[in-house]
Amino acid sequence: MFDKNKSTIKIDHDEKCSGQALYTSDIVLDDMVYAKTLRSKHAKAKIISIYIPTLPEEYYIIDYHDILNENYVKMIFTDWPVFAQNEVNHIGEPILLVVGPKKEEIDRILEQIVVNYEVKEAVFDFSNSKIQRGFKKGNILLAQNETAFTFKETFNTGYQEQAYIEPQGMIAYLDEDKVTIIGSMQCPYYIKNAVINTLGYPSDKVRVIQPTVGGAFGGKEEFPSITACQLAVAAVKVKKPIKMIYEREEDMLVTTKRHPSTITLEAFVNKDKQVIGLKANVALDAGAYLGLSGVVLARALLAVTNAYTIPNLDVSGDVFITNTVPNGAFRGFGSPQMIFAIEMFMHHLAKDLNLDPFGFRLKHLVKQGDLTSTSGVYRDPIIMDKMIQKAAEISNYHAKIEQFAKENTFKGIGMSWFLHGCGFTGDGESKQIKSKVRLVKDENDLVYLYIAAVEMGQGAKTILKKIVADVLDVENDQVIFDNPDTDFVPDSGPTVASRTTMIVGGLLARAAEKLKATWQKGQYQEVFEKYEQPKYIKWDEEKLHGDAYPAYSWGVNVVEVEVSPITYETKVVGVWSVYDVGKAIDERMVIGQADGGIAQGIAYGYLEYMVHENGVLKQKNMTDYIIPTSVDVAKTETIIYDNPFPFGPYGAKGVGELTLVGGAPAVALAIENAIKKKVNRIPATPEYIMELVKK
Amino acid sequence: MVKHIIPNTLLETLEALNSSSYHIMAGGTDLMIQKRNSAGTVPKFSKNVLYIANLKELDFIRFDEKTCLSHIGAATKLEDIHTHEKVPPLLKDIIGDIGGPGIRHSGTLGGNIANASPAGDGLVGLYLLDAEIKITSLNDERIIPIKKFIKGVRFVDLKDNEIITEIIIPSCPFTNYKWVKVGGRKADSISKVSFAGLYKINNGLVEDIRFAFGSVATTVARNVELENSLKNKSIPAIIDELPRILEECDKIIAPISDQRSNKEYRRKVALNIVENFIKELKEF
Amino acid sequence: MKKIKFTLNNKEVEVNLSPGMRLLDVLRDHFHLTGTKEGCGEGECGACSVLINGRVTNSCCVPLGNVQGKSVMTIEGYTKTKRYEILKEAFHFEGGSQCGICTPGMILAAESLLSLNPHPTEQEIRIGLSGNLCRCTGYNMIIKAVQLAAKLGEGLW
Repeated sequence: MFDKNKSTIKIDHDEKCSGQALYTSDIVLDDMVYAKTLRSKHAKAKIISIYIPTLPEEYYIIDYHDILNENYVKMIFTDWPVFAQNEVNHIGEPILLVVGPKKEEIDRILEQIVVNYEVKEAVFDFSNSKIQRGFKKGNILLAQNETAFTFKETFNTGYQEQAYIEPQGMIAYLDEDKVTIIGSMQCPYYIKNAVINTLGYPSDKVRVIQPTVGGAFGGKEEFPSITACQLAVAAVKVKKPIKMIYEREEDMLVTTKRHPSTITLEAFVNKDKQVIGLKANVALDAGAYLGLSGVVLARALLAVTNAYTIPNLDVSGDVFITNTVPNGAFRGFGSPQMIFAIEMFMHHLAKDLNLDPFGFRLKHLVKQGDLTSTSGVYRDPIIMDKMIQKAAEISNYHAKIEQFAKENTFKGIGMSWFLHGCGFTGDGESKQIKSKVRLVKDENDLVYLYIAAVEMGQGAKTILKKIVADVLDVENDQVIFDNPDTDFVPDSGPTVASRTTMIVGGLLARAAEKLKATWQKGQYQEVFEKYEQPKYIKWDEEKLHGDAYPAYSWGVNVVEVEVSPITYETKVVGVWSVYDVGKAIDERMVIGQADGGIAQGIAYGYLEYMVHENGVLKQKNMTDYIIPTSVDVAKTETIIYDNPFPFGPYGAKGVGELTLVGGAPAVALAIENAIKKKVNRIPATPEYIMELVKK
Repeated sequence: MVKHIIPNTLLETLEALNSSSYHIMAGGTDLMIQKRNSAGTVPKFSKNVLYIANLKELDFIRFDEKTCLSHIGAATKLEDIHTHEKVPPLLKDIIGDIGGPGIRHSGTLGGNIANASPAGDGLVGLYLLDAEIKITSLNDERIIPIKKFIKGVRFVDLKDNEIITEIIIPSCPFTNYKWVKVGGRKADSISKVSFAGLYKINNGLVEDIRFAFGSVATTVARNVELENSLKNKSIPAIIDELPRILEECDKIIAPISDQRSNKEYRRKVALNIVENFIKELKEF
Repeated sequence: MKKIKFTLNNKEVEVNLSPGMRLLDVLRDHFHLTGTKEGCGEGECGACSVLINGRVTNSCCVPLGNVQGKSVMTIEGYTKTKRYEILKEAFHFEGGSQCGICTPGMILAAESLLSLNPHPTEQEIRIGLSGNLCRCTGYNMIIKAVQLAAKLGEGLW
């Protein structure tokens, strides 16, 4: 049997290198036509009328009139229309599609359409709260009574754009009376369910197929459901295959992004300089529609104490609706905002108490058996002390802190500690997702993985195959995992929330064990497995109380920077990370996630800047929205510790998001260490650093 | 219907220009983006298009030992200039910071000039080196200094029947030079602020000193009078004049706020850079 | 209008299309060479990289008219070379490809770099790849892959 840790060749490697892998925009179907979207020019307006020119033959307009069932995109809420109906709530909101065979003609028609609006006053500030969540732990009043010192600070985080290199794209076609969707996506069943809701079709009349996906990072979690619903109704009307590929500018202007946030934290510290209470308030900007924002808020709140234990908490938050592009899923899902805030806060608090931040934080570090923010229990062993020590050692952290404090060289180093809850929140896996997996063995003893998990670069195909091959004790190429097609695969859940290896991989391992136990050479066999929640998980979703996650992954990031006192630019000169992901099923794949995740996390902290002005996003292309190039990233050193989780396959926990969430605070701490001023906002751009230095 | 002409020679090019108005397509790295249309469709050209990227007569780098002039053909690719040993090192450095390799392999110096972007990095070097632009038409040829050629944002002194054929750069002996590009990131970015400076020191005195800013005015900001006022002075004497230098520089820049930065930052950083440049003047 | 002739993946081709078309569209829509990707359409991301006369170029800002008489090599043509095999193996070994959308362009950028500089330093590799954005890997594994390819392919470039 091979070593589970040893890295295997990524199974889709050859076709990706050679350009043979087919992404959505590469797919051409017979008689295919194209679609393009007409969008709102106003942040808030009533649509009075729409003038449509006489359409040439073979050209169609698709709008809300064509929706066969419900005109909303089925997610959690019902407020997000497939097509605007009588009103628009953000610039870029889709009003209609023009469909036809020639792109030039589609453009010509779009130019001739005139929408008459009655412009209304738009809201851009945090005044329209649509969701309120919160929870308490212990008794904050008692903490307040014992307080010797209080400390309060506010933090702001900006947009982050997923900036997957493959823009959104979708194809829909009719196969007799069945609608088939092919597109760039993370969640085939989210799309299937949304399309069923829009068409009112029975389940067996909607099919979703995933082609190769060119990066997603959350950006293809809920958004593709919109374009799929639009194209599904268009395909029913036009009766031809329809393809809609977003160009970069359209993609940047209208797709979901990471929620901008304002986070206020207030600590209650006793006379022994221990934080005994924390009040927290989080405001998230949802944009025009709620989408997944309620869950993003909840996950931000759950991360409030990060890797620290604080006995008394009063945590609250709001999702605010504004007339801007809706925000949504992005790797980390609420956590990056909160972890930035709390990491900065703990440092600032220590400094205000005249304490060394490192020792101060260590005194508050979570230990096994402690209560989580929501009064659940950290059941599994926690090895953060060992990880912190290792990170400090490989980065030479302490010596550098001492050295940079003495000099005035604008060099700095920052260390963030963090955790990430794996899988869906609380009992979400058992109550909402209810994952099922299917393994099929054919007469040639080839084993097929039938699951809805999407390979989007993270290595799902390689890792899940590896788990099954390993359990069955067969060669890797005896196991086959093709891209999901909902006509064949059961709903194993969305490819989100760092759940694929831990949850889907765990189910596959159990299914494989079943198959192994009943293995009959040369016979067709089929096994199913469905998710069962570990018995110990107790969760009250209403009160956000109990075990918010089945398991936690942990991490330490160290970032070293040099800030130019002349141009205020930050140069990242070194990055060191230590992670506990339970067990690395494939070390190279984990390092790949770690390198890419921290690059995104650090860039979130100092580089990636996006703002809107009256609802118009100002950075709308790859020239103006800056993501790192190969010259911007520093060499990374990553160490993975084993700390197996009993319910994960071979002990594996979540990886994908963990590697992003600590990057922003690490780089922001390094910048503040360099400039010796507090950083309360990300991204810490040169413009912001100038303001701080001038203070 | 837009006409597209791919001339084989410069003469054919000039004849075409003499008969009609054209977009002149060099590397395409700016024009193709400015005129871009939906993917899969032809860009929205409002005029006929003349493709000059492959004209051999416009693709050369020559150094004339007698006149000490560098001659660069207008359609010479940026990467060829960046890696050519005879090109002034300051210009090589600047050009190496334009776009990524893929852009430098198709973008041309003539295109960079004709595009006349306030953020055009190449222009900063060319202004500083007192480059001249050779402009050719069927019956005429004229050579003018770059600062006269660039008349404003995306506005140049080029008639419909003319084309930039050559960039002429006088050699400029120097003790040291400095190029600072402040972009959104370390590579493949558009300048928020840029600065080029050079100086020559002879017998302890500054014989020549030049500096100019990019991206902080409608075009390159350079103050030759200020430079002249610093010549034949010692380094300490010049450093003593820093407040005046900064004040004068402040007058020639007029930065704006846009999606890439803000005017306060651009102004402050421009002045920081020139201050640092002056403070770092040294004899060797 | 005259037809435009050029060499595409070592074969002479002739097309009767507007010289103003983006080379990217000509390759994808006319020749069905979809290994060349569109990521940004403005010369920023490098997903559309091809080799023109051996040099990496963003095909989204190259008009067809500019390749008249030139040699264009896309990833489909390049895969037939020994150098490609080396780069592919090196990308394998180091884990240089994740979602894969940047990978063909990245490999062509590496080819362009190595053909001019067979023994690049780490910084030279970073600069050589700086026109090709990758959102998955954080670049380190790609840089290592190019270093490895330079070693494995000693003498090939």
